[in-house]
Amino acid sequence: MREPENITEMKQIIEAALLTAGQPLSLDDLLKLFAGRMERATLRMLLDELKQDWEGKTLELTQVATGYRFQAKPELSAFIARLHPERQPKYSRAVMETLAIIAYRQPVTRGDIEQIRGVTVNPNVMRQLIERDWIDVVGQREVPGRPSLYATTKHFLDDLNLRSLAELPPFEDFAQSEIPLDS
Amino acid sequence: MLITTSEIKINGEALYELPHDLYIPPDALEVYLESFEGPLDLLLYLIRKNNLDILDIPMADLTVQYMQYVEKMKAIKLELAADYLLMSAMLIEIKSRMLLPKPAEIEDEDDPRAELVRRLMEYEAIKLAAKNLDEMPKVGEEFQVADAYYQHIADIKPPEVSVDELVEAWRNVLKRAKLNSHHKLGRAELSVREHMSLVLRRLQTDGMCEFSQLFDFETGGLPKLVVNFLAILELAKEGLIKITQQAAFSTIYLQVSHAE
Repeated sequence: MREPENITEMKQIIEAALLTAGQPLSLDDLLKLFAGRMERATLRMLLDELKQDWEGKTLELTQVATGYRFQAKPELSAFIARLHPERQPKYSRAVMETLAIIAYRQPVTRGDIEQIRGVTVNPNVMRQLIERDWIDVVGQREVPGRPSLYATTKHFLDDLNLRSLAELPPFEDFAQSEIPLDS
Repeated sequence: MLITTSEIKINGEALYELPHDLYIPPDALEVYLESFEGPLDLLLYLIRKNNLDILDIPMADLTVQYMQYVEKMKAIKLELAADYLLMSAMLIEIKSRMLLPKPAEIEDEDDPRAELVRRLMEYEAIKLAAKNLDEMPKVGEEFQVADAYYQHIADIKPPEVSVDELVEAWRNVLKRAKLNSHHKLGRAELSVREHMSLVLRRLQTDGMCEFSQLFDFETGGLPKLVVNFLAILELAKEGLIKITQQAAFSTIYLQVSHAE
């Protein structure tokens, strides 16, 4: 094995690693490819170049929460989806509302979720989100009963193609017209 | 909620025609309520769809309806009933505080409906945020992650061996072999008898042969040569061949001895 000598060879190594990873690779992961002979800044520059190299191709290099990954162009995904006709079952409104509360109000306890939704949280709802690895427990609130505090995971961001929670539309966008107290 | 025309009043006016999306046959009640995510959701629906004023919610009727609902739900989903019951209690509390005259010293008390409105609006925003999350493109649906195949070759480094170690290992093998060595009687791999036949056949065909011609130096190696020589000696001993030499160091000839 010969260490890469030029930019082209380095980019080829990064490209092959990303294409075969099947999951995002972080900068630290990618640095391992060069056994300590690569600067972070250089790596970032190479990733930028790689991204440009792939423009107009079938795959695109994207940055998500846990790192970089190649993914099919969105316009091609609809065709690829035909290979897997059994689509993921839709989550119930209870699940999605719980997820939205955790995403926008994290870290939250079940009590917080119940307060906002006005109904008791079905344990099944939390289980579904935990099994999907979209939420997890990040600590306990120091009140009687020490309830668990839930937050969204990086995997959740990866699955929604986001780099950070800041990329979610701001919560204020969802505010509707004021409910008048005096009519 | 059991909604009948006699019970519905919006802004003091009795509603004789129910909006289509609000009319529920009593036996469809459970199905109808299941489409709401709880009392906040239901209240929000009533307020937004019918411009229902929180202040003008007919509390007495509402309570009756809630109680009927709770009765019905007792058998099915008690926990859900509790949520609705709590909401009705809250609405009644608000209503009663609105009706009572405020003592002068707490004139600047917050509107009792403010907290409910805050909660309703927060819930409404969450509802929309949830819908938005649901519609966002997701991996495995709208996004396909590249996952090309590669031949995984584990990078296992073989342990290094020096010449000295190898020599030492060989010495140990020899040492152990000596300790365990037995005198073995093995079956001769090369048969003298077989070579006797070969030599004899050769002499039968060729008549007289030079001694050296009977040895094949190309193949077989030393053991074969030795066995071949033994075969010749054996043949001579048994008187089957005649070996002749004219003078010392001259060519030795062999031939089949014939009965005299």
